Amino acid sequence: MTSTTSRRGFLKGSAAAGATLVIGFNLAGQLTVQAGETVVKSFNPFIKIRSDNTIIAVIKHFEMGQGTTTGLTTILAEELDADWDSMVPEFAPADRKRYANLFWGGAQGTGGSSAIANSFMQYRQAGAVARDMLVRAAAATWQVPAADITTLKGVLSHAGSGKSATYGQMVGAAAKLTPAEDVPLKKPEDFTLIGKDYLPRKDSNAKTDGSAIFAMDVKIPNMVYVVVARPPRFGGKVKSFDDSKARAVRGVVDVQKIPRGIAVYAKNTWAALKGRDALILTWDFSEAENRSTDEMLTQYRDAMKKTGNIALDKGDAAAASDSAEQKTSLEFVFPFLAHAPMEPQNCVIRYVEGKSAELWDGCQSPSMTQDVVAKILDLKIDDVKVNTVYAGGSFGRRVTGDADYGGEAAMAAKAIKGKYAVKLVWTREDDLKGGFYRPMHVEKLDLALNQDKVPTLWRHSVTGIPFFPIPADKLDGSAVEGLQNLPYDIANIKVDQHNIDSKVTTLWWRSVGHSHTAYSKEVGIDVMAEMAGADPLDFRLKLLKDHPREAAVLKLAAEKAGWGDKMAPGKGRGIAVHESFNSFVAQVVDVSKDKDGAIKVDRVVCVIDCGIVINPDVVRAQMEGGIGYGLGAVMRNKISFDNGEVEQNNFPDYLPLRMSDMPVVEVHIIPSGEKPTGVGEPGLPPLAPALSNAIFQVTGKRITALPMTDSGIDFA
Amino acid sequence: MYQVTINGKQHQVDVDGDTPLLWVIRDELDLTGTKFGCGISACGACTVLVDGVPERSCQIPIEDARDMSITTIEAVSGKVAQAVQDAWREKDVVQCGYCQSGQIVQAIGLLKENSAPTDSEIDAYMSGNACRCATYHRIRAAIHVAAQKLEG
Ligand code: FES
Ligand code: FES
Repeated sequence: MTSTTSRRGFLKGSAAAGATLVIGFNLAGQLTVQAGETVVKSFNPFIKIRSDNTIIAVIKHFEMGQGTTTGLTTILAEELDADWDSMVPEFAPADRKRYANLFWGGAQGTGGSSAIANSFMQYRQAGAVARDMLVRAAAATWQVPAADITTLKGVLSHAGSGKSATYGQMVGAAAKLTPAEDVPLKKPEDFTLIGKDYLPRKDSNAKTDGSAIFAMDVKIPNMVYVVVARPPRFGGKVKSFDDSKARAVRGVVDVQKIPRGIAVYAKNTWAALKGRDALILTWDFSEAENRSTDEMLTQYRDAMKKTGNIALDKGDAAAASDSAEQKTSLEFVFPFLAHAPMEPQNCVIRYVEGKSAELWDGCQSPSMTQDVVAKILDLKIDDVKVNTVYAGGSFGRRVTGDADYGGEAAMAAKAIKGKYAVKLVWTREDDLKGGFYRPMHVEKLDLALNQDKVPTLWRHSVTGIPFFPIPADKLDGSAVEGLQNLPYDIANIKVDQHNIDSKVTTLWWRSVGHSHTAYSKEVGIDVMAEMAGADPLDFRLKLLKDHPREAAVLKLAAEKAGWGDKMAPGKGRGIAVHESFNSFVAQVVDVSKDKDGAIKVDRVVCVIDCGIVINPDVVRAQMEGGIGYGLGAVMRNKISFDNGEVEQNNFPDYLPLRMSDMPVVEVHIIPSGEKPTGVGEPGLPPLAPALSNAIFQVTGKRITALPMTDSGIDFA
Repeated sequence: MYQVTINGKQHQVDVDGDTPLLWVIRDELDLTGTKFGCGISACGACTVLVDGVPERSCQIPIEDARDMSITTIEAVSGKVAQAVQDAWREKDVVQCGYCQSGQIVQAIGLLKENSAPTDSEIDAYMSGNACRCATYHRIRAAIHVAAQKLEG
């Protein structure tokens, strides 16, 4: 790729020119000067500039594929007027004072599609302040007014005198200046990088030649590989274990009981796995979750006999029900879902007993990991160092209250008193059986229309297992996201919610509550349109009069998809719209039914309004990814229980979407000057209901039990 | 001791004979571009070229690998490999990137066999390689781009 070549050429060129004076830096920003190396100067927590013109963008969010590295680098480069090819991202260390997520009240972490939204102004300011220092340094050096200096692609110029310098040349002088408090930012119309389509992803090269380092790839001196045998039921405990055969496996160096189970330490992963297989274990299930999925469902339905915690109550739902002309009721069942990121959970830890710990992790919340690990190892928080490396996906899986695998690695390191550094490895089976699922949900919907075919009632009841213990009588907001602000103009709306207490651990899964509420909401509205004898698009638009952004994405999606065109026999088309993470997405899904009745998903047209777009191609990629991730899940994924044991083992039982399942995806972005909002998750929620509505067109069947294969849908 | 030829170099490794090639490559030889995703031939993350043909390294015990010439992502080379990697970068295929070594090695195998695959041929050949980030749409496009590069 040309950009790579030019950057390499550039670096080589400056090396050949021979940088002699060099300044190093530490994070406190103090300079240390050395001869013979490159000068590196930290301008603020987010920018370091080197005398060879490399600009290091410090990325406070982790990269799980969502493109944040590219996005945050773009924002800095924009205000800095830097040359894109000279920008090199680097992950921030764990340091909540400098690198907190501004939407997370002091914690450092990534999630809720908030990376760009919370960083946009912060990174712009960081870039503008550094640029201002470079300009002032040049002004002083050249004895010209700062206002007459222009910057372009990492070069400072003064037209009057014809003087120019690269940022690298000015780094020493600029470093001595005090950062200004208040530096004006660019006007959006002057952006040259933000919103432009030609910036290649910063992680593309390393991820196409095998050189990108994930935690799974980290190797440090004196490191052993650890796998853990955990109780096969949630809430189970080790009753007894015999490790004599495990210890006899070649390469196994130790076996220890830790709070999570039995840890096997070995010289390579395979030996650790063989050692684990050789353990003889008995379990205590007296306090475990011992039920099967059906029994859990009964508990949900029993809870729903009463009204739950009220999430929204508008008008008079009971009266609307009594006076209705047409009524219908639906019950939806959403299964437990595993995130199954491509890289199974793992992490490397070096522990020096009583002194310090250092982790290498595709770490989604460094501050949480620090807190948990410090507690387990009885260390001060500042003595726990976290090195963030690339994460092989997450979809929500990597932020848990107990730091899950990070905590487990600390337990394994503690049990051997830091004798070895530990690489904790989970297998795919460990991952699929390891909990932290998108909770199973049951939702009930009662809908009514009056004699004029106007919708008069939306009565929605939601039941699931909260991610953290929430008392039965307290509303779990996550479970009803997307319903509390139901955009459809219906006079009587009531939404309630029940918390189920369970030992099965649950967690945010890409798009969180929207992953189920968007389905019931958008299938529900389609059902109402059908009752009214109305076109599903027109019906929605009529009810969205006060919601112009929803209406706009819907209209554009319909137009791009050819909504209203006559469909050939066996072809169906469905539509859905949903707001999540302050972004608005509409999708139109086309399906065909083959002669055996099997469904093929042909095309998805997707329109997003996410405010100001930083990298349009990253937004498109996230829409494609959200669509694919949601599609695989709704087609055929579930985690189910048989007497407390998870029935799925490895990918064949939890089949990821395959190449052959992937439809054509077309993404359109609404131009906007609104503040930037999320893109990692919002592409997912509308997919499943739009697909369901399309399948209804060719089968006449409303799918209410997911995954769709459980409702008798075959996919070609 | 088992002998194995990886990326043109012979190595002696002191592991059990049933150790999958995947773990030898990763843990013993520190070639970490080849990934572990499932261990049971269900994801393709561990794909390497065995005598030029894509194979799942998690399914090859080291004792069977003596006479194989193995190439990992770090050492793929030649016109086809270059075209594939360039196309991947041009299309910015990657997201998390964890599956991509396997995808690229598999795509190299495809284009060696079939220099101008159709969409359905791509689907068939690539369907064993899972991508949880669902970059499939772009993988398909990138394979077409690579095919064009090879033709041109
Ligand atoms: S690890 Fe070999 S196919 Fe998944
Ligand atoms: S890019 Fe993440 S699994 Fe393929």
